[in-house]
Amino acid sequence: MSFTRSLIAGAVVATLVAPAAFAGGHGGNPAVKARQSHMQLYAHNLGVIGGMARGNVEYDAEAAQAAADNLVLLTQVSQRSYWVPGTSNADLGEETRLLPALFEDGGFAKAVEIGGNLAAAAEGLAAVASDGQAALGPALGPVGAQCGACHEAFQQPNN
Amino acid sequence: MIGRLVKGLILVALVVAAAGWVLTRPATVEPERFATLTGDAAAGEAVFWAGGCASCHTESSATDRTLLTGGYRIESDFGTFVAPNISPDPEHGIGGWSLTDFANAMLEGTTPEGAHYFPSFPYGSYRLMADQDVADLWAYLQTLPPSDRPSVPHELSLPFNLRMAVGGWKVLYLDRGLVGPGDGAQLERGRYLVEALGHCAECHTPRDAFGGLDTTRWMAGAPNPSGRGRIPGLTPAQLTWSEGDIAYYLETGFTPDFDSAGGGMASVVKNLANLTPEDRTAIAAYLKALPAAE
Repeated sequence: MSFTRSLIAGAVVATLVAPAAFAGGHGGNPAVKARQSHMQLYAHNLGVIGGMARGNVEYDAEAAQAAADNLVLLTQVSQRSYWVPGTSNADLGEETRLLPALFEDGGFAKAVEIGGNLAAAAEGLAAVASDGQAALGPALGPVGAQCGACHEAFQQPNN
Repeated sequence: MIGRLVKGLILVALVVAAAGWVLTRPATVEPERFATLTGDAAAGEAVFWAGGCASCHTESSATDRTLLTGGYRIESDFGTFVAPNISPDPEHGIGGWSLTDFANAMLEGTTPEGAHYFPSFPYGSYRLMADQDVADLWAYLQTLPPSDRPSVPHELSLPFNLRMAVGGWKVLYLDRGLVGPGDGAQLERGRYLVEALGHCAECHTPRDAFGGLDTTRWMAGAPNPSGRGRIPGLTPAQLTWSEGDIAYYLETGFTPDFDSAGGGMASVVKNLANLTPEDRTAIAAYLKALPAAE
């Protein structure tokens, strides 16, 4: 009896908790989550190279090259399902910092152009990542410039 | 008796009006002050980048940050200010100006015709510039390409479109000196870069009801006049990055966790990337030395 009771109680608790857990783990707009994850991968790999460029981390040619190669790959991933109309901060509020400007006149074409520039800058970085610590900073600059160009046009600044 | 009272009142009104006119008329620099100065265009380029001219006087999409067509729109509680063409074009830009005209604009907020500029042009900060830097910047601006794009008028409503009223604003707020710490050569340089040239406080310091900077909350952050969100505070309790982190951010736009600057700061970074590493470090040192404010 008591065993049956605890089973029932367990089932009731599970029924109550599961939707909340599901919402916590899988809620949110999938496009927003995908692009934020993509940005995190950029940031992580930039951090590996940036730490060496700044002299905070000892230079390691293999690690620098691997991170730079990752960046090149990331610029080649198709993002067409990330940046879909209806997912700006005008639509979703604080869930995203994407400005509606991306979907307004010429916005998308501009973003695509910046994406192309970013790919070229990442290739430039990958071409010199094994050449020593001194090569990193100057090659990282053009990458950062494209990050900034896109954020300036399409991202609501942090509070 | 009534007649005398009316006469007296009229007299008082005239005196007040005259005093008001004298107090609030557009000021100009003594012409001799700049007569002997020779500008150095190469030195002026450094002033240009530190002064952030390109952020408002080029189009945000412009790849050439020295084609000073104007066009940037500053949204505010008072209306929308549109930055004018300041390229050397003699008709649409400032090619017909003299160095003294330029000094009057930068240091006194006064047009060559003797009217007030609106303080969206940050002469409240630029007036702290060294005369030689004004002359050098003027020399550099002469070397830039002309643009024949006409300037666009501001979009302001009454009473904020009255340039005369700016005279009163200047009386209230234009006596501000240097505010932050400046002990030693590095802090002094950082303070000059932040408070005079970079005019950082124009966004990062809150304003009172009439749009004057609240110097008691210096660099403590402010509402974003052009929309949602806040301009962040930069005092050490608010900005906890190291001096090196700040200098690196000003050079590359990368935060310590390798997010990248957005909004207006992305444009500011494009300017500051052209400074010497020593100057960026001086700015960072100044920020780390700011007193606490809320």
